[in-house]
Order: sequence, then C-alpha cells, then structure tokens
Amino acid sequence: MIEIKQLHKYFGALHVLQGIDLNVSKGEVLSIIGSSGSGKSTLLYCINGLEEIQQGQVVVDGTPVHDRKTDINKLRQRLGMVFQQWNSFPHLTALENVALAPKIVKKVSRDQAKSIAEKQLKHVGLGDKLDVYPSALSGGQQQRLAIARALAMEPEYMLFDEATSALDPELVGEVLDTMRLLAEEGMTMICVTHEMGFARDVSDRVAYFHQGVMEEVGPPEQIFGAPQSVHTQKFLANVR
Amino acid sequence: MSTSASFFSDFQITDLLFLGEAAGRTLGISAVSITIGTVLGCVFGWALQESKWLAQVTIGTILDVFRSVPLIIQLILFYNFFPIIGWKMGPFAAGAFVLSIYTAALVANVVRGGIDAVGDPMRRAARSLGMSYWHDLRYVVWPIGLRAVFPSWVGVALSVIKDSALVSVLGYLELLRASQILITRTQEPFIILACAGAFYFALSYPLSKYSKKLEEGWAS
Repeated sequence: MIEIKQLHKYFGALHVLQGIDLNVSKGEVLSIIGSSGSGKSTLLYCINGLEEIQQGQVVVDGTPVHDRKTDINKLRQRLGMVFQQWNSFPHLTALENVALAPKIVKKVSRDQAKSIAEKQLKHVGLGDKLDVYPSALSGGQQQRLAIARALAMEPEYMLFDEATSALDPELVGEVLDTMRLLAEEGMTMICVTHEMGFARDVSDRVAYFHQGVMEEVGPPEQIFGAPQSVHTQKFLANVR
Repeated sequence: MSTSASFFSDFQITDLLFLGEAAGRTLGISAVSITIGTVLGCVFGWALQESKWLAQVTIGTILDVFRSVPLIIQLILFYNFFPIIGWKMGPFAAGAFVLSIYTAALVANVVRGGIDAVGDPMRRAARSLGMSYWHDLRYVVWPIGLRAVFPSWVGVALSVIKDSALVSVLGYLELLRASQILITRTQEPFIILACAGAFYFALSYPLSKYSKKLEEGWAS
C-alpha cells in the first residue's frame, strides 16, 4: 500500500504540493488528471524518492520513502516508473536495456537476466525486437521498452508519468493497450495522464489535481459523471 | 684541396634513426601526459559537474589558469620553480607534469560536456530502476557520455601530441628538439622539418583512424 500523508513540496518559493493525503491499495489503478503545473508529476517523483519533500510523509508498504535510514535503491525496486520521455539507453539493444538493471541491481546471472528480459519484452509485444537498438524503434515501441525495463525489476507498483504525451497520436494506442494489459493482470498503478478515455475505462479511482491541491478523488463515474468541484467541472469541460 | 674545415654535413640515413628515436620520446611523453591527464580530467570534470559550487571555486579556478596561460610559459615557470621548492625534476618529468595538468584542464571540460549530454531525465530513469549513484555513473553516464564526447577527447589527445613539441624548450630531446639539432648541423631545414612533420603525422594518424573506426562501430 502507498500512503501519502500531508505531503508538502516546494520548488523554491513555489508551493507545488499543498498537503496531499492519498492512499493507494494493492491492485488498485489510480489515474491522476489535471492541467500542466498542477503537481501531478511531482507527486510521482516524490513517491519514489526522486524528489525531496519538505513536509509530510510517503510510506510504501510500511517503509517511509524519505527517511534517511531507508535504502532508497532497494525501495525503488518495488516502484517501477515510466516517464514521459522513454529514456531508453541508446548504447544497448532492447534486450540489454531490459536486462541491465536485474543484472547489476538484483545481481541475477547473465542468463537469468536475459530470460527475464526476453519474457518482459514479449509481454509488451516486442518479442521480435530483442536485438534491435532503440534508435531503430518507434516512440511507441521505445515507451513499451521502458515499460518492459521497469517490469523486469518485478515491481509491486507501477508509476506512469504521462507515458503517452510525448508520442505521435497514432502511437498512443499501443502504449495504452500495454497499460491496460497490466491493469487487467492486477498490477497496482498510478497513472498521471491526459488520456481521459483511459482514466475513465481502466481506473478504479481518478484524482483531479489543481494548483498543487487534490481537489477531488473518486470512482471514474463520479469524477467524469458528476464532478463535485468547480475546478474539476471546468477542466473536464475544456478537455472534452 | 680545400683547407677549410666544414662545420656542416649532409643529411644522412642515420639521422632518420635519430629522428625516429626522438619521435619515440614524443610518443612517450604524450602517452604519459594523455593518460594521466585523462584520468585526472575525468575526476575533475565529474567533480565540477556534480558538486557545482565547491569544485568550481577550487578545481575550476586552477583549471581555468592552466587552460588560459600559454603552455610554453607554464613549462618554463614550472621547470624553474621545481628546484626552488627542492624537487629535482628532469625535463621529462617536468614536461610530463605540466602537460598532464594542461591535458586534465582540457579533458575536465570535455567530461563535463559528456555528463551534461546524458541529461537528468536519463539519469533519473536509471535511478528509478533501483540503480545506485555509482551504477548510474558506470553503466549509463559513462558509456553514453563517452560516445557523445569521444571525438572531442580525440581532438584534445591529438593537440597534446603536437603541443608536446613545446617541451623542447626544457631541453628534452623530442622530435622538434632533434630536428633543430639536425637543422643546425645540416642546414637543411626543409627536408628535416618535412621528416619531423611526417613523424608527427605517423604518431597522430593511427589515433585518429582508430577513433573513427571505434565511432563507426558505436554508430552501427
């Protein structure tokens, strides 16, 4: 379970997260929507310790993320993350991209890492691209490669930070399909997204962020059907 | 029959051997300086990139001085300075010392550029997989950064080979110094400088050829 308690985050004088309280249970799919600069992505970075926080707490399976005593590298193995930019390692083949972290972080044998990588690449539909370098893959394929790379660490949670917003429109579908597949398999997911269709169809809950505040959280039917907050209503009216 | 003694003699085939030996010394001092300078430059460049403020005022300032003052002045200053503080250093050691720091100053900037080229998003992605700081440096920053700035590093290495000619002012018998000696004896500057130039080319060309091949391998 991911527990976020009274989380405050500043960038200098900018108060980007203003007291967020949120719990995400095992097996749940939570989508976070909201306009740019509302703090959604920053929240994801705080969850896996890529950003420091100024107040409050993020606890993952009982371990406080920002505690100095926490082995953050170990904790991050439970939290797979996929970014807006896919960031594939350009000097490694698809297989090597995925096998690298299991090999050096989990210290599994070379053969084992290879078979993990093969399995995960097949999982995301890149079974025929094992020996291809990222430069020869499309954006959508590179993003699926990034998903496979995160899955290879066998995480308990997957954090998606606008995983489709840097993609050409015709490539968005294949990445969303992969995310849907993971959701169906029972993966716990937090997805910061601009894809309202995905948020509505796949999520158990949807949270709307506005200027560093979580305005509203609830089942998709509520958020999309009968939003309570004025800001949510305005936002949804604009994106529809 | 001429009664006057001649001070000059023609260029002979054995002179080529003399130049060849001197080219060996040029290669030696260059290889030592490039190796030490590159290792130091990697450490300095990394420090400059990662701990911006402290490293900038300490290492950054020193390297700026070494990068800005003409090498020939550095060589003469240090060569004369070492005996004052009681270090007995021959021309090779003094030359290699100055050339190494000079190389380090240039390489540090190249390394900074390399780390910059990898970029924060890529490094964050690596860390998000559970990689430690050192894993990220070793398996992500190093290979990606190296490919980005390798051509610049080769440029530095080639210029150090050529700049090593300045060590001749300390009396170190490298290629240029050897050429000067032969020119004085034979009075045939054209042929000797052409030979010396050919030797420099022979030293540099394999490096530039090899690096091109390496880059092509990376690109494919």
